[in-house]
Amino acid sequence: MNGRPQPLVVGAGPAGIRAAQALVAAGLRPLVVDEAPACGGQIYRQRLVPDERSARALYGSEAEKAQALHRDFAALDGRIDYWPQALLWNLRDGIADIAVGRANRRVAYDGLVLATGAADRVLPIPGWTLPGVFTLGGAQIALKAQGCAIGSRVVFMGSGPLLYLVAWQYLKAGVDVAAVLDTAPFQAKLNLLRGLHLAPMVVLRGLRFTAELRLRGVALHYGVEDVRIEGQERVAAVAWRQGGREKRVACDGIGYGLALRSETQLADLAGCAFCFDKRDRAWLPQRDAAGRTSVAGVYLAGDGAGIAGADAAERAGERAALALIEDRGLPHRRERAAALERELSRIGRFRELLETAFPFPAHWVAGLSDETMLCRCEEISVGEVRRAIGQFDIGEINRLKAVSRIGMGRCQGRICSSAAAELLSVETKRDLDTVGRLRAQAPVKPIPLVLVPADLPREAAE
Amino acid sequence: MSRRLDVDVAIIGGGLVGSSAALALRGMGMSVALLDRGYCGAQASGVNYGGVRRQARPREQLPLSQRAHAVWPRLTGLIGIDGEFMRSGHLKLARSAADMASLEAYALSVADQGLGLELIGHNDLRERYPWIGGDIVGGSLCAGDGHANPRLVSAGFASAARRAGAHVLENTAVTAAIRNGAGFALEAGDGLVVNAGMVINSAGAWAGAFAEAFGEPVPLTRIYPTMVVTEPLAPIMTVNTGMEGGGIYARQVERGNCVVGGERGLPLVDPDYSRPRGEGALSIINRAAELFPGLRHAHAIRFWTGTEASMPDHNPVIGASGTTPGLFHAFGFSGAGFQIAPGVGEVLAELVRDGTTTTPIEAFSITRFDQRREPLSSNHRTADGSRADPDPEPHHRGVLS
Repeated sequence: MNGRPQPLVVGAGPAGIRAAQALVAAGLRPLVVDEAPACGGQIYRQRLVPDERSARALYGSEAEKAQALHRDFAALDGRIDYWPQALLWNLRDGIADIAVGRANRRVAYDGLVLATGAADRVLPIPGWTLPGVFTLGGAQIALKAQGCAIGSRVVFMGSGPLLYLVAWQYLKAGVDVAAVLDTAPFQAKLNLLRGLHLAPMVVLRGLRFTAELRLRGVALHYGVEDVRIEGQERVAAVAWRQGGREKRVACDGIGYGLALRSETQLADLAGCAFCFDKRDRAWLPQRDAAGRTSVAGVYLAGDGAGIAGADAAERAGERAALALIEDRGLPHRRERAAALERELSRIGRFRELLETAFPFPAHWVAGLSDETMLCRCEEISVGEVRRAIGQFDIGEINRLKAVSRIGMGRCQGRICSSAAAELLSVETKRDLDTVGRLRAQAPVKPIPLVLVPADLPREAAE
Repeated sequence: MSRRLDVDVAIIGGGLVGSSAALALRGMGMSVALLDRGYCGAQASGVNYGGVRRQARPREQLPLSQRAHAVWPRLTGLIGIDGEFMRSGHLKLARSAADMASLEAYALSVADQGLGLELIGHNDLRERYPWIGGDIVGGSLCAGDGHANPRLVSAGFASAARRAGAHVLENTAVTAAIRNGAGFALEAGDGLVVNAGMVINSAGAWAGAFAEAFGEPVPLTRIYPTMVVTEPLAPIMTVNTGMEGGGIYARQVERGNCVVGGERGLPLVDPDYSRPRGEGALSIINRAAELFPGLRHAHAIRFWTGTEASMPDHNPVIGASGTTPGLFHAFGFSGAGFQIAPGVGEVLAELVRDGTTTTPIEAFSITRFDQRREPLSSNHRTADGSRADPDPEPHHRGVLS
């Protein structure tokens, strides 16, 4: 249109899809980059190979939303540039480096919507690195994308709405669910009733999951403490304490997670200012109600900017795109934007309630045994981290990384850094928001050592 | 809120130079305040490549380098950790006959310095280092050199200084420095005043402002060397490797990660921070895969870069101030400070205590940048090469932004 580079949308989950759709509707042609082979994100992830399962079987009550997103994204074909299985590993000043196989494509963009999503948050517990232990999200991906279960007799444990959803999905798929272990006491769940007026469908769905699990004889344990995963070669059982009593159940697969953690590395590379979010116990990129960040032309949408779930992600994706359109001087839809913001605000209030129903077991951190592995990439135990904190008098997370290797491995701290920050906070008796956050560096994920600069496909016009 | 701290020596900058000087001064019984605007060892001292290398240094650095060479094997006794120091040897490669001739000329020129350099021809190189590919015609090995982990060594010296009784004050930027009758008064952090008899300026990339505040500006620039780290691999690299003419250097740590450098990053909006350039990092990894075929199927998991001071002649500034009695400088290591830093710390402690040092450092005098003076080749300097100023400014006040 006027020679400006195209907008770049990172992520093809619910936020990225709705953002791309809104940009196309405004006459723009965005480039959509996604790590997965097909659109949908984590929650609406598609099968790797077609099988006989229906959308209903795959996505349950969310089947219609999933199908609508997949269908709407397919309808953008020809009006967007879409690079699946592409890793955006570096960002700076309107230039992105994107690895596609062993080729590196360097693209200029004008307007960036980061819809990078979330990953499971975990605290280390004894045995958590044994084969057979998956995150809740990982267990769900195995089922959705590959049609396989993580074990034949599976325990799900942790916190967050995903706990009961995944347990229920496994039950529906015919897997023997041995038990569900919730880190919060049963009373915490009563908070959900206060959210009935905000999100009745979500609350009722949650109640249905637990009711069906109970009906099918799955034991639900609340307020579990001192959880230990047992096994030699692989997981064999899980043991815990509950109301002063020792309990144990045999299993060959475990799904474990403590809600979700935003993927914020690209926002960091883009130069966005961060602030500490008490609810998510994490540093998050700052954004306004529309998704604008502290950096002009950079917008955030979806769980990558703070955990709010898939319904919010769809709306935030569209809202961020409308902001980009407005900032680009194109006609924008003011009323639609206001309506989206109202819905986001309502979902946000419900999120606050969800957090009280599924609280993070921060008190576990002080009780972590020294032998427990904290950083599984670099194989660093809780005890080694405690010693490093003492020996070097460390009070800041990047310094802890420097002297302990925490967060230096393949995952770049995705798995361990929130736990490391919690541990540093407890060990040094500082508030969590004062121990800092790991600065992101490129590459945000591992890239092949032979990565050849590739000529770009034709520069897409708007 | 105002606090006062009286010490014999105030050290501005808690990098490896400042921390090792602090530790040495505590060993001499002096009271020390070690001040850092951020965290000790978090800048160039902690984020450099980690080469512990005497080979390829200019001849004038070798006495100091040899002094430091004696410190490295004693790290455990000195700071409580070995800093992952490995005496792997350092192999400098030649890509062409001209580069090989240059390595040979260097070996000859420093033959009296005790480096024990061994020149290796093409066939011998292929046999001894089969993991090195590319078009290499030969190399020069310094078997006594090696590598270490800068993150640990720099933090280790600062912690050891703290345990030895130094006042280690992090997140305490020095905002003003005054030379007064008794010595110096430094304003630092949130209302702290440090009174010190002597001051060491070891502020690295931030040292220029302090030198300038005391009337001796230096042509210091900032560089941002970039490193790439692979995932852990089975042992491949048996020696710390560099290339004559530059472009690539690489080592493998005990855990298995290969660290490869050879490019420069860029400063961020806040020039105290920097970031690797995407195309620079891409260039290094492709060069590394070519020179080291064993890396071809590996992944790069991490890049880093840091902010480092560089001087136009690539020699550091070490020694007494040319303007201000009681002030000593040690900065501007120009991308090659890690190995010699522990030696510099010892030298600084001697300068503070004795006014002189047994190690020749004349070539590093700050006065070499002074336009008003005779050029370096003149011989009007005193024995310690640093007390040449006949008329120091007694009450110079420096206010630093």
